[in-house]
Amino acid sequence: MATSSDGSVSSSIKTWVGSGSPWVWLAAGAVSLSLVMVFGVLLLIASNGLRHFWPAAVAQITFNPGAGEPLLGEIADRESVTAARARESGGRVPAGATRVDRLLIKRGNRDIGGEDFRWVNVPDIQIIDYPADAYTVERLEWGNLYGRIKALREGRTEVPLAELSARLARAAELRAGIDRLQRVSIGAANYALDAVHRRQKAERKAGTPPGSQSVLAAEEQALRARYEVLTTELQASITALSRDHLLLETVTGETREVPLAKVVRLYAPNHLSLRERLSHYGAKLWEFISAQPREANTEGGVFPAIFGTVLMVIMMSVFITPLGVITAVYLHEYAKPGPVTSVIRIAVNNLAGVPSVVYGVFGFGFFVYLVGGSVDRAFFADALPSPTFGTPGILWSALTLSLLTVPVVIVTTEEGLSRIPRALREGSLALGATKAETLWRMVLPMATPAMMTGLILAVARAAGEVAPLMLVGVVKLAPTLPLDGNFPFLHLERKFMHLGFHIYDVGFQSPNVEAARPLVYCTALLLIILVMSLNLAAIRLRNSLREKYHAAE
Amino acid sequence: MRQSSERPAAVPTSPRPAVGAGTSGRDEAKSILGALAPAVTLPTPECLGIEHLSLFYGDKQALFDVSLSIPEKQVTAFIGPSGCGKSTLLRCCNRLNELIHGVRTEGQVKLRGADIYARGTDISNLRRRVGMVFQKPNPFPKSIYENVAYGLRIQGIKNRRLIDRAVEEALRRAALWDEVRDRLHDNALGLSGGQQQRLVIARAIAIEPEVLLLDEPASALDPISTLKIEELIYQLKASYTIVIVTHNMQQAARISDHTAFMFMGSLVEFGLTKDIFTAPKTRQTEDYITGRYG
Repeated sequence: MATSSDGSVSSSIKTWVGSGSPWVWLAAGAVSLSLVMVFGVLLLIASNGLRHFWPAAVAQITFNPGAGEPLLGEIADRESVTAARARESGGRVPAGATRVDRLLIKRGNRDIGGEDFRWVNVPDIQIIDYPADAYTVERLEWGNLYGRIKALREGRTEVPLAELSARLARAAELRAGIDRLQRVSIGAANYALDAVHRRQKAERKAGTPPGSQSVLAAEEQALRARYEVLTTELQASITALSRDHLLLETVTGETREVPLAKVVRLYAPNHLSLRERLSHYGAKLWEFISAQPREANTEGGVFPAIFGTVLMVIMMSVFITPLGVITAVYLHEYAKPGPVTSVIRIAVNNLAGVPSVVYGVFGFGFFVYLVGGSVDRAFFADALPSPTFGTPGILWSALTLSLLTVPVVIVTTEEGLSRIPRALREGSLALGATKAETLWRMVLPMATPAMMTGLILAVARAAGEVAPLMLVGVVKLAPTLPLDGNFPFLHLERKFMHLGFHIYDVGFQSPNVEAARPLVYCTALLLIILVMSLNLAAIRLRNSLREKYHAAE
Repeated sequence: MRQSSERPAAVPTSPRPAVGAGTSGRDEAKSILGALAPAVTLPTPECLGIEHLSLFYGDKQALFDVSLSIPEKQVTAFIGPSGCGKSTLLRCCNRLNELIHGVRTEGQVKLRGADIYARGTDISNLRRRVGMVFQKPNPFPKSIYENVAYGLRIQGIKNRRLIDRAVEEALRRAALWDEVRDRLHDNALGLSGGQQQRLVIARAIAIEPEVLLLDEPASALDPISTLKIEELIYQLKASYTIVIVTHNMQQAARISDHTAFMFMGSLVEFGLTKDIFTAPKTRQTEDYITGRYG
């Protein structure tokens, strides 16, 4: 009886295995696991990052008598620790408790208290409330300030508080004006002055007649005058900006005077309507995407990093597409199959597997020192010893990443070329087209989807690469964008910021890690979105091309 | 399109006064054709002369000393079992075999007396004069219009009206115009197999070749499409010298004037189709056409 039932079980397992369903389940399981992992990561990053822009409620924490002064701030985190650990960190622990809950309070006021964040043991807390008159003041320096508004002053005289928003708007406008003045007008004047100085130096060296030197001197004079005018204007704006002050009282009763010039944003988070919260959220999100970073990258936006990443990837694409396609066409269409071709092919395939930091070292030695140094000696000799191209910059970064990603384009383009049916090539040749005409009119257009695939893979790899870039051009904070209004507009020699490096820098090199953490998530999310949208754009382009030439697939 | 100066001077009496030139001189050409029509009688002059042609794929010899003379404005069929070299012989006539790595040919192929394997031959020009249609329809993944215009564009013709007229003319002569006139700019891959093959023929005749090589043009098609292609070949015979490779002996008997039977890379018998099919001179030919092997 028992044996017969065993036999039927084992035979039913056999039929089940034979039916192939275990493999279907295995495959389905692998796919779902990958999907869960991908979406899990996205969800984790998005939930941690996007929460940051929502106006956090400001809690006023009153401690039990003798446990400390009251705190005003945002509750950033909550965790449960063992009693021993809580005791170690200095809190009081009720007798008999094994675990203690504690809260991480972002209390701001770094200029007063020193530390920005503080752990607070829950048993010490007498009461937590959310006062409606507590204000969060986002400042240009020293982080947030939490407190209550006492008065508004113009110089020494007090002004009614009703004028606060108007005066804030005025300050913001003045700041924007100063920023424009510094960045655009004074930047351009400086740039022009530098150019004149270089020319003067070159002419002195060449010993040209004094006539042209006097022309240059006049030019310099004019530029200096313009510079003077601009600095005066700037000074006036700065004076105007420092007119208003805000008096605030912290929770411990101290009074702080904050110049309106330093206030980015001011709001009472416990008192906001949903619409105000949403508009605050939108404004903060927009600031993150469009503004310059502040406070050692822990505040403000990441626009220069977005810009640098996109520009570098675009430059890289411009380099690798023709290079990769031409190489693939040569290897596939013209090179005679033989040992040399195979060696080239193997070398190309292996290039894709070299660790990226090796490319960084190579780029630093070859592009920056050798090529850049030679360019400096040949064309920018008058600026030496300060290097122009002989120093890490966006051009060298794009070229280094091109080396890293060009094998992908070569391999995929070659595959695309070999997928084109022989019958079509013969059809074209039989109509009297030469090989080059066939390539140009028939083969290459049909291989464009494959080229796009290569480019997609290359972009995806390049946009996320950090290690080589640290050697050949990325910096923590670049004073200027590599693209601006000064001729020749695209400054290939400039250093730039990059989202991948920004994540590393903010996450691990920041002086205020706790404050920077949400920004790490936001930047990571942004980088993923950026890579995805670059990819999506390329995929859409590829699909439309595929539709156009659907015989190739 | 094709300049008259391109025609070899060796055959000034060639009865080919730009037959059906799809462009400006069409009416004029027709009148000349009418005037010359009585002159186009027997004996037909030679158009393609294959002389002692041998071909090697690397070490392997595929054609053994083949000689035959393909007459002007007639249909010549190559028949024989698979792998006997008929397609290879056909592809020697426009030097398409050269695309294969390691191919070597000996002997001569003369197009109106000039050896196409001679040094310095312009291969593109040769392929313009000798058009080809393949076994499987191979329209380009472009519009119907662009398919037909391809050969013209290759020749550098940019005049839109000229191309429009040539496209229409070629499609009319390939008996496809009425079916596609409303969707000239649709993708050619949307056509049926038979339409695609006629499109490919239209593409080949749009550049006014002298010879049309057809490599089993109907073998991938259904019977009705096959019939259409055969009718088309019958009509095109008036204007072009046609060489067709076919597996289908009834087809060869129906449409060809001359038949060459090939076996194992050699030409076994060549003659008038009615002679080959009714009174074959060799035993091999007889066995093949009666279906005893092959």
